[in-house]
Amino acid sequence: MDFTLKVWRQKSAKDKGRFATYKVQNISPDTSFLEMMDILNDQLVREGADPVAVEKGCKSEGPVAFDHDCREGICGMCSLYINGRAHGPDDDITTCQLHMRKFTDGETITIEPWRSAGMPVIKDLVVDRNALDKILQAGGYVSVNTGGIPDANTIPIPRDNAEESMDAAACVGCGACIATCKNGSAMLFVAARVSSLALLPQGKVEAARRAKAMVARMDELGFGACTNTRACEMECPKDISVAHIARLNREFLKAKIKD
Amino acid sequence: MSEKLISKIPEGTLSEKWTKHKAQIRVVSPANKRKLEVIVVGTGLGGASAAAALGELGYNVKVFCISDSPRRAHSIAAQGGINAAKNYPNDNDSVYRLFYDTIKGGDYRSREANVYRLAEVSNLIIDQCVAQGVPFAREYGGLLDNRSFGGSQVSRTFYARGQTGQQLLLGAYAALNRQIELGTVKSYVRHEMLDLVMIDGEAKGIIARNLVTGEIERHGAHAVVVATGGYGNVFFLSTNAMNSNGSVAWQCYKKGAFFANPSFAQIHPTCIPVHGEQQSKLTLMSESLRNDGRIWVPKKQEDVIKLREKKIKASQIPEEDRDYYLERRYPAFGNLVPRDVASRAAKERCDAGFGVNETGLAVFLDFKTAIQRLGKKVIEERYGNLFQMYEKITDVNPYDEPMMIYPAIHYTMGGLWVDYNLQTTIPGLYAIGEANFSDHGGNRLGASALMQGLADGYFILPYTIGDYLAGKIQVKMTDTNHPAFEEAEKSIKERLDRLFNIKGKQPVDHFHKKLGHIMWDYVGMARNEAGLKKAIEEIRVLREEFWKDLFVPGENNEFNQELEKAVRVADFLEMGELMAMDALTRKESCGGHFREEMQTEEGETLRDDENYMYVSTWEYTGYGKEPVKHKEPLQYEFIKIATRNYKD
Repeated sequence: MDFTLKVWRQKSAKDKGRFATYKVQNISPDTSFLEMMDILNDQLVREGADPVAVEKGCKSEGPVAFDHDCREGICGMCSLYINGRAHGPDDDITTCQLHMRKFTDGETITIEPWRSAGMPVIKDLVVDRNALDKILQAGGYVSVNTGGIPDANTIPIPRDNAEESMDAAACVGCGACIATCKNGSAMLFVAARVSSLALLPQGKVEAARRAKAMVARMDELGFGACTNTRACEMECPKDISVAHIARLNREFLKAKIKD
Repeated sequence: MSEKLISKIPEGTLSEKWTKHKAQIRVVSPANKRKLEVIVVGTGLGGASAAAALGELGYNVKVFCISDSPRRAHSIAAQGGINAAKNYPNDNDSVYRLFYDTIKGGDYRSREANVYRLAEVSNLIIDQCVAQGVPFAREYGGLLDNRSFGGSQVSRTFYARGQTGQQLLLGAYAALNRQIELGTVKSYVRHEMLDLVMIDGEAKGIIARNLVTGEIERHGAHAVVVATGGYGNVFFLSTNAMNSNGSVAWQCYKKGAFFANPSFAQIHPTCIPVHGEQQSKLTLMSESLRNDGRIWVPKKQEDVIKLREKKIKASQIPEEDRDYYLERRYPAFGNLVPRDVASRAAKERCDAGFGVNETGLAVFLDFKTAIQRLGKKVIEERYGNLFQMYEKITDVNPYDEPMMIYPAIHYTMGGLWVDYNLQTTIPGLYAIGEANFSDHGGNRLGASALMQGLADGYFILPYTIGDYLAGKIQVKMTDTNHPAFEEAEKSIKERLDRLFNIKGKQPVDHFHKKLGHIMWDYVGMARNEAGLKKAIEEIRVLREEFWKDLFVPGENNEFNQELEKAVRVADFLEMGELMAMDALTRKESCGGHFREEMQTEEGETLRDDENYMYVSTWEYTGYGKEPVKHKEPLQYEFIKIATRNYKD
């Protein structure tokens, strides 16, 4: 398969950035999207290394920077807006699980970074997601130290609660929900953690405090408000439901009423 | 034996050792802990849990990771589960049985005392994780559920769907986040350690590169903990994440830490087969699938040919024409034999011409019987996300057609040599989790990597490092203007410049792929003397090519992923040689290390306990010079050594 790629290039956070157009050829339909990016980068590195081309005035910009790591949909490192969709044109996957068989031969593919005030571009397609760590640092945990814990089976948990908690805990922290939200809100991300812990007896103890602290941190860091468009849910690679946002709101309200 | 190889295994009976040791080692008072700094490199299960636990104790901790968040570390990709000797299913499990299975699974090449301690603390891990809110799978009664893994006949594996590693790491990451918020831990993301700094023979800090700005930074401490995982990516294609690398362990080796059993690499039997040259990594299908999946190839050659020509589908082959070769060869353990055994058995069938895909390098993992027995819904609940992952990659629905799988590099049992305190041969330098060598011998059992990472990080290192730090309470914070830091920084800058200045024609991946081929062909699932010698020769040639023809684009002082890769591959090109050398000098077969010259008539591993019952540890003597091999003899005081038998 052959493709034309329109790729966002931006040297650094300060640079304005623009689209560059490249062509890749002979791509197997079984190739993953990121392997296709590897092939593009191989081309770009070789161009830069070619003294004849450089002499002729070919100014290679070098390979395209993009985040990736596990390449099996679990680390949350890969991102990319592909043809206007977070993680591209397939459902319930991250970009690394997208395969070229989902595109048509000869297609032009547009590739952009996450665009959101809370996640500025570092270079090309790489963005800074440190704010997500900071939100979790505000309270995304159960405050227990290591050791001195009673036997695990002393806390029975209804299976359905454990399962629903797990549904929310599947969040990989990729940021697709934020990039997709027109308000740049991190509500689904925050809700996934708050809800997952609120569903378990261990997490209930400080559920209200947690909700308040994490929402406050989210606001502080410049993320937008939620207006219930549900776009986040549509693009979440782990299919996390907005029902968790409802649970977050409930915990948040409870906390506010107590104040 | 080198005088540096003192294992410090405590006296006493097996079950007393750890308790006695804890009572005897020193502790640091809370007031003094505040004056001590510890650097933890890596944020997987080992690193994150260690950093969190040390922070809770009151030490000043600095934690480094190469990703944009500690949560991305590759522990997150572990699917199937974590072992513990809880005996919740009442199937007669115990600390002793977990210990025994682990030693036996490792083919009698790990330390008794370490493994027993691992089994002993395994139960604490489950308690800890539940308290943190890890959503383990539960029964309808609300209590924890278990499943089985390879190499054991009891169900002792705790799990959270097919995302156990993710959930455990999120637990440790949450504990770490809590300490970061409290100010006991300072987190450095997108930072890569490039060298260990030593003053007067002790580990005193690191040189790190800020991967966003390219700035070279100095960080001092009273002790350094390496938790950077394994070096499986030396093979290029592996189940490891793309950024996983062995460079930190390698830097420590070059600074004098001994490297143990480098040739012990684990090949996982159930991975999605290689599809072509454009492939960048291999995807694991969890071992938990072997609870319900049955592995087979056709009995008849004509069916194999029809399958390859796509004239028939696997599901059309009748039961009587299927060879469930694991059940046939190993009746007692069946599909749940250890990984090394299952991998070799797959290779044996494929070598005999029964491989089922176009390349002839695949076998079937079939759920037909399980779906008939339990219904599709139960299978979906147990393995839904794995089945989805498989379908996304291969475009085949595993509910209808069996999965195709083939072995791939997955884990490295070898690593930095450590004593019972998890200290390397360099005072003040510790190694935990996959980065050390200590617990898995020649083959790691499934669901034991998570157990070891968290055991080391939560419950072992925080105790043992106190014994060392107790001697440092009078020592001031490390001065990073010390000449040792200056020198280390200078040599790192020179090394980076050298990479840029090659100005050759080939991208880094070109060399990495070539190295991967050499490693897989000669240092992979089956090894022999001629092949290993050839590997060493070819790696040396490739290394020369690398330093002549590499091209690194861009600058040092910017975000530069090609440079990051170049630094790591330069190290892989040295590590590969040491792995081959270790494999060459271990003239026996054990666990995942299979020397073709040393096998039984049935093709099983043939150990040589008389001559090779030791840990081979390597001492660096300088670039291009032969390293020196030292031996730590393994003594089995408490269990009877036997030939591994999974047949009856």
